[in-house]
Amino acid sequence: MARVTAGVFTSHVPAIGAAMDLGRTQEPYWQPLFSGYEFSRRWVAANRPDVVVLVFNDHATAFSLDMIPTFAIGCAERFEPADEGWGPRKVPTVYGHPELAAHIAQSVILDEFDLTIINKMDVDHGLTVPMSLMFGQPEAWPCKVIPLAVNVVQYPPPTGHRCWRLGQAIRRAIDSFDGDLNVQVWGTGGMSHQLQGPRAGLINKEFDNRFLDRLPGDAAGLAQIPHIDYVREAGSEGIELVMWLIARGALDESVRETHRFYHVPASNTAVGHMILENRSQS
Amino acid sequence: MALHKPYLDIPGTTIFDADQSRMGYHLNQFCMSLMKAPNRERFKANERAYLDEWPMTEAQKQGVLARDYNGLISLGGNVYFLAKIFSTDGWSFELAASRMTGMSQADYRAMMIAGGRSPDGNRTIGEQ
Repeated sequence: MARVTAGVFTSHVPAIGAAMDLGRTQEPYWQPLFSGYEFSRRWVAANRPDVVVLVFNDHATAFSLDMIPTFAIGCAERFEPADEGWGPRKVPTVYGHPELAAHIAQSVILDEFDLTIINKMDVDHGLTVPMSLMFGQPEAWPCKVIPLAVNVVQYPPPTGHRCWRLGQAIRRAIDSFDGDLNVQVWGTGGMSHQLQGPRAGLINKEFDNRFLDRLPGDAAGLAQIPHIDYVREAGSEGIELVMWLIARGALDESVRETHRFYHVPASNTAVGHMILENRSQS
Repeated sequence: MALHKPYLDIPGTTIFDADQSRMGYHLNQFCMSLMKAPNRERFKANERAYLDEWPMTEAQKQGVLARDYNGLISLGGNVYFLAKIFSTDGWSFELAASRMTGMSQADYRAMMIAGGRSPDGNRTIGEQ
């Protein structure tokens, strides 16, 4: 049976991808950030997943305002890195796991979470930057990926509570899949940041660190944070953190905190990163 | 009954909600068209003529021509869509954000390296 072994949480700032693609990771501005992922790359090499369910948001790339799905699951065999306006990142094609994706879709819809099903989609930095952070710059990605796209562009995103509950439903779906697969669920985006208007540049270290404090042991409490608190305290784009709660919901209630990292800034953003492992699978 | 919008009292912040999205639909879809290189070339060759192909308001068109990003946000623009304009101009998100705050890019970067803009005094309009 498929088993969920761990969750990885990380910001997905586009400038991080650019720094890697342009060979700038050892520059003084970037070195402290990438040093926070050195452990993670060793860890993921030793704990290589067969499949990652990667929770991310599209940034007006695959989805314009013509269609705005709140939750959408990628069931395709492959997803190409998107051209976000300056040419696609030169990173490998992302290969999906259509069987498991279809199984999750069918399971969670009957579990009352009405996902949109996507059979064709290019993936932007929201998905490819976490892959680069964790796996570096390989010729091919070492695992399959099921993209789970969440609308956080047009307000309101789904509530934190809804995200947490969806994560639990995804866990039930994976647990009922017959293939022998090591599955990780990654939650991306955040932490505090605001990209627009005169308040751009907002960073709230206290809010972010409190969130990291509570993620391992108090997900139910985090799921109660109302949207206004994210927006006011963590910036208009800080609300992306609801996506972390999907990944957290897919893990055991009791988890082991394997890694934690926090750094300001990457461009306009506070970067948070955590690895949580399921005790039941270790 | 009007939608409940508890975020209207956050200073320097426009939440891209359903009303803003409705107002900005054509503006944002124009921005989206700049994802394609041939469209970027046509836009750069004659911005006004390209804008006139879109059913945008005159104020939105003037905002694009002036690269008035705060103005465009108030007219329904969303930053992820507006990014297609500033990417066409070769601007980074950092430069665009610095312009929206009225700071130079160097000053803005220095603020971010020093830990970013504090939430203190920036949570509610009129807060001391």
